Amino acid sequence: LDMLKIRTPKSQRAKRAIEKRAPKLVENGRKILILQGTKTSSTLNAILTEIYHLKKENAVRYTRKNENIRPFESGGETSLEFFSLKTDCSLFVFGSHSKKRPNNLVIGRTYDHHIYDLVEVGVENFKSLESFTYDKKLAPHAGSKPFIAFIGEGFENVEELKHLKEMLLELLRGEVVENLYLAGVDHAYVCTAVSSNRVFFTHCALRLKKSGSIVPRTELVEVGPSMDLVVRRHRLPNDGLRKIAMKTAKDQVKKKEKNVSKDVVEGKVGKIYIPEQKVGATTLPNRAKGVKRERREAKVKNSGNDSASKKPKTNTD
Amino acid sequence: MEVEQKGLEIDLGNLMAYDPHHHFPPYLPSREELAQQCLQKGTELVQAIAFDLFNLPSTEDRDGPIVTLPKPTTRLPREKRLPEPKPLTKWEAFAKAKGIRKRKKDKLVFDEQTGTWKRRYGYDHVNDDNDVPIIDAKMTDEPGEDPFAKRKADKKKRVEKQEKNRLQNLKNAAKMGSLPSHVQLAATALPITGTQSAPTKLSKNELQDIAGKAGTSTASGGKFDKKLPGEKPEKHEGKYRKFLPVVEKRGADSQERKQTERAVTIINAKKEKKQSKRSERSSSTPSKLKPNKKSHKSFKKGSSKKSSKQGKSK
Repeated sequence: LDMLKIRTPKSQRAKRAIEKRAPKLVENGRKILILQGTKTSSTLNAILTEIYHLKKENAVRYTRKNENIRPFESGGETSLEFFSLKTDCSLFVFGSHSKKRPNNLVIGRTYDHHIYDLVEVGVENFKSLESFTYDKKLAPHAGSKPFIAFIGEGFENVEELKHLKEMLLELLRGEVVENLYLAGVDHAYVCTAVSSNRVFFTHCALRLKKSGSIVPRTELVEVGPSMDLVVRRHRLPNDGLRKIAMKTAKDQVKKKEKNVSKDVVEGKVGKIYIPEQKVGATTLPNRAKGVKRERREAKVKNSGNDSASKKPKTNTD
Repeated sequence: MEVEQKGLEIDLGNLMAYDPHHHFPPYLPSREELAQQCLQKGTELVQAIAFDLFNLPSTEDRDGPIVTLPKPTTRLPREKRLPEPKPLTKWEAFAKAKGIRKRKKDKLVFDEQTGTWKRRYGYDHVNDDNDVPIIDAKMTDEPGEDPFAKRKADKKKRVEKQEKNRLQNLKNAAKMGSLPSHVQLAATALPITGTQSAPTKLSKNELQDIAGKAGTSTASGGKFDKKLPGEKPEKHEGKYRKFLPVVEKRGADSQERKQTERAVTIINAKKEKKQSKRSERSSSTPSKLKPNKKSHKSFKKGSSKKSSKQGKSK
């Protein structure tokens, strides 16, 4: 550690900011980074801004064009990883437009600020938020927890769609909460696997109507952007990296209950093993008073014959 | 009540439902029909989730019913690595071995000296070294020692030791890879290959002198360089030389005479010193046993004369 200096934050605010970003057992939700490449089309811009509006609570939008980001190439990921580190975003949506791949979206995740996996998807038949007309009272509030519905056997059978399903879940679900306010659920995302490479995606507001029981009758009204996602390429994570990333703290604490057995007659029986008592090697507590007296008495005994033995101190305790 | 379709996978923690059994007809219907179908199916799924959701035990909050969601069942990868278990610090390991337990300490402690309640640490704390007016002398004290200074020195030593231990603990943690999250290591200098020492940063004073040093490489030696406001004049390292005036009167007052006189007196003084030293040394041996130096000199003179003669004759 010769060439390294230890830096600690000088204010509580800085300390709190660093602790927020530190690796934890129970993590914060993924933040989304929305950015674009060299060329974008008007539809792509609309798509990116609408995704940003849907996820405003936990999303960061970069508006400049980034020429050197090419997620699927080996050298083109450094910028992405740097941005992920700086903004603490572990999920990114990278939009680009080219003749070969029009209206291209690359959705990717990072693990420890390195690219974990990627899915490249083309957007077709995009209908923006503004083009839908509906009763304004139904408009979903920002940041409410959505219902997510996946329909189609393709999501199970086709590998790309399976991967896309996972990505969409991560993208759309928002914060993982324990307590949910039942009257506050007001929107749902519906993703349908229309064919082996096409997913129809739409966003609907939820209308809860009175029914006979506690469970209300749900009604979906199309509200938000709707688009067709065509899977182009994807990259799965390495097996080793995947194992490391999927590890959770719970997995480690799966200990068997040892030395416990169930007896039919006696019930639950436990075995207790008492370790060897090292009588000589234990560190004795420093009860000096007792030791002093023993020493004193021993001295008196020994030096009873000797001349001029010290007078013992008279302790009043 | 809606009957749940068998085969629906519902993840309540994520409010997600998945219907793996739905086939889409091979012919592609028109877009509106497709949208209609999807919405219909979607409504069914959402109804199924809502059924499970609203049947969860709910608690009444002031705004309305609140429900505790179960944990999500779909396993997703983490975004950052798992925190490593921290190694015990030196004190923690010692306390564990000895069986020492932490005790809760009060913020205010009664100070015997001033008779008031003071903080245990920080501004205006208990047992402050500055407050002690008199220190009784003990039999073990040395006579010339200042007990107040000794106290300060002891405290300084204790603080240094503590700092050293703290850094050692951090080093250990860094070795295990589990540095506390608010501590960061920053490289102060790049290692140089070949040499042992790291380049030292220039001090403020050195930086101020550098502009002047760079100016000496100009034609005028940096004397007429424009200076920025606030810049100090250049340092002149070395002696200032004094030159004699070009036109001067001859006589006892002339500076040239004074200069040469001064030089001569210095040389004479040096010679005397040498001779006195020699005489001190030579006083131990009698003059007869001294090596004859004169003969060497005459030899030299003769040889030189001979050589000159030789050189001259052709």
